[in-house]
Amino acid sequence: VSRIAGSRRDVAIWGLRRQTVPVISTLAASLLDALPIVATAPVIPDFAYLVLLAWRLLRPELWTAQIALPLGLFNDLVAGHPLGQSMALWTITFFVFDLIDARVGWRDYWMDWFFASLAILFYTAGGWYVARLMGARVDPLVLAPQFALSLIAYPLVARLVVGLDRWRLAR
Amino acid sequence: MAPRTSRRPGFSRRAQYGLFLGYVIAVAGILFALLLLVVAMVDPTGFGVLKGAALDATRPVSAGGRGVVGFFSGLGEGAGNYFAAGSQNADLKKRLAAERRAVIQARATELENRRLKALLKLTQDVPDPVAVTRIVGSSYDSVRRLATLSAGSSSGVRPGQPVRAPEGLVGRVIETGRWAARVLLVSDAASNVPVRLVRDGTPAIASGRGDGTIELKTLEVGKNPFRRGDILVTSGIGGVYPPDVPVAVVVAVDGDRTVAKPLADPARIDYAMVLNVFQPAASQPLSPQTAAALEGAGQ
Repeated sequence: VSRIAGSRRDVAIWGLRRQTVPVISTLAASLLDALPIVATAPVIPDFAYLVLLAWRLLRPELWTAQIALPLGLFNDLVAGHPLGQSMALWTITFFVFDLIDARVGWRDYWMDWFFASLAILFYTAGGWYVARLMGARVDPLVLAPQFALSLIAYPLVARLVVGLDRWRLAR
Repeated sequence: MAPRTSRRPGFSRRAQYGLFLGYVIAVAGILFALLLLVVAMVDPTGFGVLKGAALDATRPVSAGGRGVVGFFSGLGEGAGNYFAAGSQNADLKKRLAAERRAVIQARATELENRRLKALLKLTQDVPDPVAVTRIVGSSYDSVRRLATLSAGSSSGVRPGQPVRAPEGLVGRVIETGRWAARVLLVSDAASNVPVRLVRDGTPAIASGRGDGTIELKTLEVGKNPFRRGDILVTSGIGGVYPPDVPVAVVVAVDGDRTVAKPLADPARIDYAMVLNVFQPAASQPLSPQTAAALEGAGQ
């Protein structure tokens, strides 16, 4: 692949790729919910949220908070959550990260992981609370394995997102 | 990442207003999302068309890989079986001998039953299923236990209808698209099924716990009537689920707490049958006369 754009068409394609890869990768992670996996207990992490977190922590300037609304709506529809659950939780997450970015000067790998852990805890607890409001009273301990797996899965997802980001910006 | 020196995007007024407008939209969006959640709480069947369309749109992905379901659920169990092969073998042999005795007894009972029924000229009333379909997916990363069926309103599936498999009760339809439907499994924490103990007919409520098991609550205070290995079937009370569909087997009794496992594992069953609501009148609102009479009784 040539590293120099040969034509206007190349420039247009690369521009499109640069803009759409983050959104498309998040939507694709949401679509994992449509895979034919039937589980009897919540164990598998919500990859859509992990991908979203990884993009937000890697590229804070990429998205404003409102992007979480349509992405959350899509996730709600595909995953069968009550409409509004991911919309609200994801947008609040983005707000809090904006606050964190305004106050914390530097973030390194470990701090990213730490903030991501807090966000995953918030998201898991939020989902648990919404389910409770909808009449499903679940013992919070049931969610512990999923939370632990999400913590472990975050660095892997972040790695993947970094790879996508390199490909996205490659010239 | 280097810190930004200021929260302002620059000297451009346009960029500053753009950022501000973004926050305004986001806050309005959160409020809107919370409103949607309140609507969902008041009316869980709301936005049925939108949710049904999403169900339909993702169905080909799910239905295309039905074989994968067996593969994934087989992985964990296969590994477990390997480790426990010896003790499992002995256990299975013992159980087989016991089952054989039970089968002989059951056959004798069945013969006697048939004779008595012929005597009484009773016909067994097995209702026709609305649709016979497959389970093609589930909400595997959420706290709710929902599954996706590959049949929807075009096959006559409606919200509220019970779903069963040959092995036992699966759950109840809560959302439908044209070609797909979502089922609230009996192991979901919002699911309550009236059941009775096969052994002596003790009535109970089977509520899901969200982790694939069911908790049994007796309707009477006193000694816990359940024993490990007890089978529970639907009682037909409430009018939604037909009576005598197997639901669960008791796996642990700990004081007042009884934990059971659903007999129909949604990951392993081949077919799911959508049935009509057992007593359609049960899901209708009360007639004005009845409501008035109840109100009078309450005063």
